[in-house]
Amino acid sequence: MSPLRNVLHWLDERLEWDDLIALLRKKTVPLHRLSYWYFLGGITLFLFVIQVLTGILLLLYYRPGANEAFESVQYIMTQVQFGWLIRSVHSWSANLMIFTAFAHMFSVLFLKAYRKPRELTWISGVILLFLVMGFGFSGYLLPWNTLAFFATKVGTEITGQVPFIGKPTMIFLRGGEDVTGATLTRFFGFHVAVLPGIATVLILFHVLLVQRLGISVPPRLELEWSANPSAKREMKFFPNFALRELMAWYIALGVLGALAAIFPWNLGVKADPFAPAPAGIKPEWYFLFMFQTLKLIPAKVWFIDGEILGVLAFGLVGLLWVLLPFFESDHPSHLKRITGLSIFALAYIIGMSIYGHLAK
Amino acid sequence: MVILQNKTRRLAIARCLVAFGLIVFAPYVSYGQTPNSCLDCHSALPEPLGVTQEKFSQDIHAQRGLTCVDCHGGDPTSDDPDKAMSRKAGWKGKIERKQIPELCGTCHSDPAYIRQFNPSLRTDQLAQYHTSVHGKRWAAGDTKVAVCTDCHSVHDLRAPSDPRSTVNPVNVANTCSRCHADANYMKGYSIPTDQFAKYSTSVHHDALAVRGDLSAPTCSTCHGNHGAAPPGVDKVQNVCSTCHVFQAQMYEKSSHKAAFQSASLPGCVVCHGNHGIVHPTDAKLGTGPDAVCMQCHKPGDVCDQARAALLTDLGRLDEAINNADRVLAVAESSGMEVSEARLAQSQARDSLTKARVSVHSFRKDLMDQDIQSGLSIAAKDLQAGQKAMVERNYRRVGLGMSLIAIGIVVAGLRLYLKRIES
Repeated sequence: MSPLRNVLHWLDERLEWDDLIALLRKKTVPLHRLSYWYFLGGITLFLFVIQVLTGILLLLYYRPGANEAFESVQYIMTQVQFGWLIRSVHSWSANLMIFTAFAHMFSVLFLKAYRKPRELTWISGVILLFLVMGFGFSGYLLPWNTLAFFATKVGTEITGQVPFIGKPTMIFLRGGEDVTGATLTRFFGFHVAVLPGIATVLILFHVLLVQRLGISVPPRLELEWSANPSAKREMKFFPNFALRELMAWYIALGVLGALAAIFPWNLGVKADPFAPAPAGIKPEWYFLFMFQTLKLIPAKVWFIDGEILGVLAFGLVGLLWVLLPFFESDHPSHLKRITGLSIFALAYIIGMSIYGHLAK
Repeated sequence: MVILQNKTRRLAIARCLVAFGLIVFAPYVSYGQTPNSCLDCHSALPEPLGVTQEKFSQDIHAQRGLTCVDCHGGDPTSDDPDKAMSRKAGWKGKIERKQIPELCGTCHSDPAYIRQFNPSLRTDQLAQYHTSVHGKRWAAGDTKVAVCTDCHSVHDLRAPSDPRSTVNPVNVANTCSRCHADANYMKGYSIPTDQFAKYSTSVHHDALAVRGDLSAPTCSTCHGNHGAAPPGVDKVQNVCSTCHVFQAQMYEKSSHKAAFQSASLPGCVVCHGNHGIVHPTDAKLGTGPDAVCMQCHKPGDVCDQARAALLTDLGRLDEAINNADRVLAVAESSGMEVSEARLAQSQARDSLTKARVSVHSFRKDLMDQDIQSGLSIAAKDLQAGQKAMVERNYRRVGLGMSLIAIGIVVAGLRLYLKRIES
């Protein structure tokens, strides 16, 4: 027996991973013309891992604090060996992760993968999407540049509009009345400790549910396959699907590397709390549809403040979105209604984001 | 008169109602004004007798508690126009133009009186006015020249710090131009009337009116205000030097000072002009249409050689800065972090500015310090930009190799999958 096999055998005796591999070999993934959508969850997970790894590397040099944050990121970008690559990959990967998380959610929606018994998978997934957006919001401030400073100011101000809990929440987020160094320290804490902790637990739960419940098949195909079991096609999870997923990860890595090398993430200008806000300040693209909606709502709708109404409406829609599987039934008209709603939501998000991007 | 009496009656009724209102709402409203019946009638009269409450409330005097009576006399407490405007009550009537300077001076030349309102306000305006060209002509009987109200306005006279004031720095040139740009009005004074038109094209006007830099000069900055007079040929540099200190110091020590003085040439104005001063460029040192040196010097003489040397040095530094800027801009647009070099570029530009100031010494050795310092900074910045470009290319090569490696792995995986699935 070769030394490597000896080591593997020794480990197997203690970890019993042959059982795990046997289990994975037994696992199958449905094979049909929409199977490629199944890769999105894995790609999002891969990007999350990239985030964790690059984030840890950035932590070696990053210093949270109004007087040091910008300079430390500047140091990472100019002096640290491959610091520019790590930071650019971290920033691009964050954006790609939010994009793939959105795409994953809509693919689940259109493939009807949230139906019974996968309600908890959907709920944990949507909460993960919110967390990922939270990662984006908190991480955006960390370089302490002008755009980040004012975007955080506007973002936390919107939070402050929520009746009753808005103001205390805003003060809690900011660490005071205004966006200051205290806000930066807080956001750093949320970004590197609180959010990763919650996200890791939720990701494990989400992946565990996917493993337990298997991968969903679109309802129409499900009917076809139950009527004609011989038409059912599957591929082995290991190695067939896993290797394809690995290919997707490699391609994602290539895209990330290309973006980081050709378009290194801009550092901007150091935030000056006493300077006036730059004209036409906008949030990151993934908040743009909400920002633009709030801008379009009139100042007063009946007797309610327009902004408060908008924030409450988004809160309500977010809650209903989490609970979406519970509004579903097997009735065909219901299925159609949810598909229609999904198309509308996707069109609204894309349309408003483009409008927000183009609007002055 | 009947109309006026009817109006007065109606106003008396209105005043009763107001009085009732004041009694009722006295705890909530604070009114500390003395009764002023003048405005009751004059607010209803057409110009030039009309003065509305709204207009007068804008006046700095009204805001400090002064009323019509302080200039015009009379009894503002009486509702009867005959009593209010009786000579017995000290009513002076319309203030004659010839009385204006002395009337204003009654208060504005009295430090004890003025101190109550604004201890830092000067009280020498009338004395200065008497020394001005306006004041001298006024004393000689010329009533066309400006008096206080011509510049400061009347009944809505605002503090100079008020942007709406006619004597606010931003508005001074317009105020002066009302007379000085009017060729008809100025007929007989044998001075040009194009100063305002020229000033409007000048770098000073641009700084003041366009950029809002209140320290930039307007007419009164060079000519004075109450003591307004032309600076005088041999004193021009003293005026310019109040702002352009370094240029003046260098000019003072230069060979040009004596030469200009002996030729009765007005210092700075010889090369830069006066009202229409435009942003100076290095072309002034050249031999083209904007050149000034060659108006006096001969081609090939020592001064011409010195001029050419100064121009060459300035050109070298300017070009070095522009080169570095270009490379840094490309590096920046490629996403490279060159903010430190960008910042250093402003120091190189400062050196160029200093070198341009040193031109006023007309000495190459003095200018050389700034030129060399600027060239050294620009060279470092250029190097930083080039280094960034090398780094950018290195990254792209690295990316290409990584993508090839990734492509090979993906192709290998694809082939492996094909093999096991076949």
